[in-house]
Amino acid sequence: MTALAARSAAEIANRGTPHSALIRRWSEGSIKFALLSMTLLSVVTTIAIVGVLAGEAWGFFSMADQPDISLWSFVTGLEWSPLLGARPAFGVLPLVAGTLLVTAIAGCFALPIGLLTAVYLSEYASSRTRTILKGVLEILAGVPTVVYGFFALTFITPYLLQPLSSGFGTYNAMSAGIAVGIMILPIVCSLSEDALRAVPQSLRDGAYALGSTKFDVSAKVVVPAGLSGVIAAFLLALTRAIGETMIVALAAGGLAQLTANPAEQVQTMTAYMVQIFLGDAPAAGVEYKSSYAVAFTLFLITFVLTWSGAIILKRYREEYD
Amino acid sequence: MTQPSTPVRDADPATAPPTNLTSDPRGSHPSETTAISMRSLNGWYGSNQVLHALDLEIAAKQVCSFIGPSGCGKSTLLRWINRMNDTIPSARASGTLSLHGIDLLDRTLDVVDLRRRVGMVFQKPNPFPKSIFDNVAFGPRLHRTYSPTDLEELIEQSLRASALWNEVKDRLDSSALGLSGGQQQRLCIARAIAIGPEVLLMDEPCSALDPRSTASIEELIRELRATYTIIIVTHNMQQASRVSDTTAFFYEGRLIESGATDVLFTNPKNRQTEDYVTGRFG
Repeated sequence: MTALAARSAAEIANRGTPHSALIRRWSEGSIKFALLSMTLLSVVTTIAIVGVLAGEAWGFFSMADQPDISLWSFVTGLEWSPLLGARPAFGVLPLVAGTLLVTAIAGCFALPIGLLTAVYLSEYASSRTRTILKGVLEILAGVPTVVYGFFALTFITPYLLQPLSSGFGTYNAMSAGIAVGIMILPIVCSLSEDALRAVPQSLRDGAYALGSTKFDVSAKVVVPAGLSGVIAAFLLALTRAIGETMIVALAAGGLAQLTANPAEQVQTMTAYMVQIFLGDAPAAGVEYKSSYAVAFTLFLITFVLTWSGAIILKRYREEYD
Repeated sequence: MTQPSTPVRDADPATAPPTNLTSDPRGSHPSETTAISMRSLNGWYGSNQVLHALDLEIAAKQVCSFIGPSGCGKSTLLRWINRMNDTIPSARASGTLSLHGIDLLDRTLDVVDLRRRVGMVFQKPNPFPKSIFDNVAFGPRLHRTYSPTDLEELIEQSLRASALWNEVKDRLDSSALGLSGGQQQRLCIARAIAIGPEVLLMDEPCSALDPRSTASIEELIRELRATYTIIIVTHNMQQASRVSDTTAFFYEGRLIESGATDVLFTNPKNRQTEDYVTGRFG
């Protein structure tokens, strides 16, 4: 190194041939173009999916041989029995109700447990405990949903629910709801914990200095300060629950009925689509087309939820510098 | 106690008398009881000793400044007085530290009670993301130390005491985060006052504020000393000389010199103190 040091930096520098400005501009431009095209790919895909959904749904409502089907009867109809041959009924409300029932059960299960777990992880657990528990939650998040469905059908219903009440059938909304709840639990925990840990330490210090206990700090300062993030986490998890397919297809049953009784079987919007696309419905048939209308309805519901989550995050986030 | 006793800390801490900060040469404060006293106080973070054999007495209802370069241990000492160091697992201390005879290093001490008696204001204003009213009401609601009919009066008096009332009386329900930095810091002082403490600890309360806000906080500190024992950590020499009755100078975890502020600033006994207060280092 000492021998090399004989030449100064000024002598070594500027000896190569630098890229000309033209090449630089051209390569920068092509890189930007490549990145932009990748981005546009996902945008175009999204637009294409929404377009196909909307178009096919429109096709369902304007079928020439089905004068009974209208947007109004679809949205307000209380009966969904598309496979009854002679007198099919296409009122989407039983499917929406089934979806909401399963989602509500999942939410009642996952939101409180998830938030309390997040408070524990963020405020109480030592960093070692936190690392271990987050690992366990990640395992939970990696379980394929078909396993949860199987678990609901073969364990939750026969060993947890049926011993409690003989009213629970083999397929019921409760077991599916609980399994969906377990599935969204890692999302609630992980995102809520992020929101709570983002609350500045200075606020905790301020509360401790006023004589708060750890619970006071958690319940009166940290959770309220991180509430917008917690609610956004809830909405994202519920969106996931609404769109969940495999668990409900396996465990909730296949009978679309308008009920609030969690012991009965229900059919969700997603489960109906599975039934149609895996079944023997002819591609031009009314059942086949109806699943697009259902899919578009599902899209609208999740879209509104996602959107309101974003608005809540933006509107109510406290700005800490 | 008219003669300020301000011995330089000598090499052997065992023979050094505790420095007495209860003297006030201006004689404006006849009551000279000791609020806080420490003897041979050592403090550690893990294996790193940050406080070395501190002997100091701090008078009640006076303002005492802790000065010294960054990392000299003054903030650490402050955080032992209300046991905020409990939030740092590796922090420990030995020796004695007491507030009106209560052993502050006692592991079984109820820190919730202690913090009701010793309020703290932080370097950066840290109002809660709640309304102005709820910020000040936070401590009283926590401890239920007021009769419910008195809460509004307590909030008003606390805000008056921190010289913020006139600026916020028409918008008590709006968010505290909408206040300016100086207003937020006065709100934090009101929040600390509302729990009725005897001691106020201020950890560089003006370092994040502009000069005008700083002036208003300093004026406030001068008013508050009639009611509270105040300890203020500051990097600002002029601030220490403007607001405090007594000053303690720390360097590398040791108490170098302490005594009446005007004496320490105009006639320091120790060379390091002189270098520091005249701005030659630090």
